[in-house]
Amino acid sequence: MAAYIGKRVLQIVLTLFVFLTIVFFLVNAQPGDISRLYSLDPNLPPETRAQMQELFGVNEPLWKQYLVHLKNTLTGDLGVSFSLYPRTVADVIKERLPRTLVLFLTATVVSFYLGFGLGKIIAWRRGGWVEYTSTLGGVTLYTVFTPWFGLMMIWLFAFKAGWFPIGKFLDPVVWQDAPSDANTVFNLMLATAVVLSLITFSVFLVTSKKRLGMARVLQAGIIAVSVLIVAGVWLSSGVGYLAWDIVKHMVLPIATLTLISFAGTMLLTRNSMLEVIREDYVLAARAKGLPEKAVRDRHVARNALLPVVTSFVFSLAFAIDGGVIIESVFSWPGMGHTLVAATVSEDLPLAVGTFVFVGLFVLLAHLAADILYAYLDPRVRY
Amino acid sequence: MVIDTGPIPNSPSLWRVRLGLAGRSLKQNWSLFLRTRIGILGLVIIVFYMLLALAHPILMNTVWDERIYDPVIGFAFDETQQPAPPSLAHPLGTDPLGRDILSQLMFSARSEFLLGLLAAVVTVCIGTMVGATAAYFGGLIDMLLMRLADIMIMMPGISILIVLSALIEVGHLELALLIGILSGFGGTGVVLKSQALSVVVKPYIEAARTSGGGTLHIILVHVVPNLLPLSFLYMMFTVTSAIFSEAVLSFLGLLDVRMSWGLMIHTTESAGYLLQVGEYWWLIFPASLSITLLCSSFYLLGRSLDEVVNPRLRRI
Repeated sequence: MAAYIGKRVLQIVLTLFVFLTIVFFLVNAQPGDISRLYSLDPNLPPETRAQMQELFGVNEPLWKQYLVHLKNTLTGDLGVSFSLYPRTVADVIKERLPRTLVLFLTATVVSFYLGFGLGKIIAWRRGGWVEYTSTLGGVTLYTVFTPWFGLMMIWLFAFKAGWFPIGKFLDPVVWQDAPSDANTVFNLMLATAVVLSLITFSVFLVTSKKRLGMARVLQAGIIAVSVLIVAGVWLSSGVGYLAWDIVKHMVLPIATLTLISFAGTMLLTRNSMLEVIREDYVLAARAKGLPEKAVRDRHVARNALLPVVTSFVFSLAFAIDGGVIIESVFSWPGMGHTLVAATVSEDLPLAVGTFVFVGLFVLLAHLAADILYAYLDPRVRY
Repeated sequence: MVIDTGPIPNSPSLWRVRLGLAGRSLKQNWSLFLRTRIGILGLVIIVFYMLLALAHPILMNTVWDERIYDPVIGFAFDETQQPAPPSLAHPLGTDPLGRDILSQLMFSARSEFLLGLLAAVVTVCIGTMVGATAAYFGGLIDMLLMRLADIMIMMPGISILIVLSALIEVGHLELALLIGILSGFGGTGVVLKSQALSVVVKPYIEAARTSGGGTLHIILVHVVPNLLPLSFLYMMFTVTSAIFSEAVLSFLGLLDVRMSWGLMIHTTESAGYLLQVGEYWWLIFPASLSITLLCSSFYLLGRSLDEVVNPRLRRI
């Protein structure tokens, strides 16, 4: 297991270098150099231009520039944003990365569980209207034009029904006299979410060996209690109403991203379940007289999980693209929205910096998924 | 495939036998394809949009006045206010700039097809060559190509295209090439390589090599043709992703194109009609539905071709 993870980490680091190299040469393939952006003025004396070129280091040989680029990227120095001057790119990313993380992680985890759970159920009830509608709905959601779907969600639930705010991250009116700024509150929320998911994960880990009915009761109980405690702490903290405002803004984008990404998992789980059902050990489990639910969850679903996780790893890039689109449709100020906005306003340092971080994020997500896979598949573990 | 023509007295030429075999397998595959309902649905939608695309130049030359119906620079003088609701003269109404929506829709259908076709052809050309070379040579070349493929698979395509659109002018042609390169060196290349691995160990490759066939000759004549059925399947999925990417990028206003379905929604958005879905439905629904339908139809076609090409998925 350690050797496997070590190998993957090495591969990821190598990939990161190749990726940074590609980014560098893409930017460098531009005609002229970056100092021209600052010096479009034809009246600029040549000395000033030379000074600028020295300042940006573009008069150096290419390999030196490349090394500087690598060093700066790895130390987090990504330059200054043009459109949000004088903020540095690193500062902007530091503010917006958590927002994307929350959106992406919540949607990914929820859509995986939803897809897997629904796939399990429709595989068990073959040839009914349930299977037919969910397959058709799944394909529709899988290929729907994402911006349009997001728009319909906004129009239906925010504009017509008025249940949720229309896009954006927070409501300025609510935050007018707020005791703390949005990022502090949001990071606190993030910390809470991490703690809650750790609790959930460890509960599932501990109870997975228990009997099915018992495990369900234990899981539900512990999770409910911890959710109640967290809610109590937030309500008494005085910034609870601010957190609630952010949560209200979060619901719709997360729901949309979940809906467009769960369908792939669902369809694949169904196919994978249908292959496993034919195995002899499933027949044996039934012959032993195990309840249908135990056969489904313990014997079929557990073995149907592996191909689903494999393809899940490959669909991470797809999910990130979905996140970029959803963010710009909902004006959710995360990495994707920043990427699009920086591109539209030709803010090259911010666009490239954001892209580097998106790439880094994908690589880390792949690593995490690989480790998860190693945990799930004994053939890799031993 | 090695065809033993045998001692045939009247000796019909080899190509005739080949043609007969190809015809028979085509017939067999067609009957398999007919059994998958979703494939037929996809095919019907594709044919519908093809007819729309073909009808546009005919209509422009006969019935439609160019000054009114031009998809980019036309203006509906016959309407008093823009955007005008659907009427007999304009079946899908006009957009905020007074241009006929149906004409835009039909005009864009052609460029979507061309884009999808070009992206698919580029993908398949690169993908089969990458797959065949990696499988045939193995070793260092294989490792380099597959690591490159890893990077391509990991990278989120839309994000790359967004950044590239900041660096270079991206039109339909560039977009098709970029998507072809991304998917050809990436996912498609890997799948075709795994198929090619089962081809290069066949005896006829060995036979070709011992009878003095060159590397290029073996790859092009013996390996690549056996990859074509599978690569045809991946063409369908590439078309889906190409149309989708184009729509997203032009919706965000990042593409350098004159007219497309995504751009129609972009126009609606920049004119401020985006959330008046109920009152101005013809500004949003025709373009969005077209994107969704065409994407899903190529996806469905791909899925059902998968059942034809891949014997494991066939229903017995």
